[in-house]
Amino acid sequence: MPTAAPPFERFYEATREEIYRYLVRLLGRQSAEDAFQETFLKALRAYGRLVHADNLRAWAFTIATRVALDERRRARPEHDLPELAASDARPAFAELEHLAGTLPRTERAAVVLRYGYDLAYADIAAALGSSEEAARQATSSGVRRLRKKGVA
Amino acid sequence: MTLPIELDDRFRSAAAAEGLLDVAYDVADSPIGPLLLAASERGVCRISFNPEPEAALEALARAHGVRVLRSPRPVDELRHQLDDYFEGRRRDFDVAVDTSVLPAFQQLVLEELARVPYGELATYGGLAARIGRPRAARAVGGALNRNPIPIVLPCHRVVGSTGSLVGYAGGLERKRALLELEGATV
Repeated sequence: MPTAAPPFERFYEATREEIYRYLVRLLGRQSAEDAFQETFLKALRAYGRLVHADNLRAWAFTIATRVALDERRRARPEHDLPELAASDARPAFAELEHLAGTLPRTERAAVVLRYGYDLAYADIAAALGSSEEAARQATSSGVRRLRKKGVA
Repeated sequence: MTLPIELDDRFRSAAAAEGLLDVAYDVADSPIGPLLLAASERGVCRISFNPEPEAALEALARAHGVRVLRSPRPVDELRHQLDDYFEGRRRDFDVAVDTSVLPAFQQLVLEELARVPYGELATYGGLAARIGRPRAARAVGGALNRNPIPIVLPCHRVVGSTGSLVGYAGGLERKRALLELEGATV
């Protein structure tokens, strides 16, 4: 039986910190603030119509990713400067993440979702609005690009 | 790096301001302990003596919809009026209440209950008679026992036919404290 959605407060408390850090990683602190509010207002608009609540965490990342990609399309270059690596990232990824800002935006989101937040490829695909195969490719080509930059 | 409090507050205010919430709630201090205050778009829908939102949120979501969020602004007016009430500066509440999700009989009982004046006592049997159901004192007691909006809907003013306090969802001590505040003689 599908799980019913919990009161929005529960969902918000469970995801807000992680989503905020994710948006800061993708957009930098300043743009992340607007994107944060936009993400949760979008979530709230859709929340009453959710059919099930089986993977709300991935759903939150999906909304945040779409908001962030829109934001980056609008953003001026100086807003695109990457943040320093966040402390909760995996060590290997954290060493390279400061370079992630130079990746094309979908690759960047794919890499951060996969290695920063452990999301499954199916969920990354949903977040990017692509196929699972395309999500895999975006992630691995992003990682290849990062490694090249990392050793260069 | 943690979410800045201002950003959290800004979202909670925006959610209410854009009319996206089924229920907004907050926790307020009072002389009889912390209170959980909740309002729907229609009005105040819950005052709980148990300030731990755990159980209350689930119940609110079931009754009114899942978009339940802590957001202080929609309950600010209620909070001010309660402060005034506890300071002895207010005798009647002037806030809309939302009883629309309750069974019809309970709505009827609560409507009649709202007419019991400050500082005066009514009995279960008396209320039953006033709604034209003189033999339904027990059912009236049940409806009052599940009053979702105590204090504003003054079930603390209803006592047994012998004048005994009988019961109160918030505990008899709170019932006694509210009646003393209002200067009612028990």
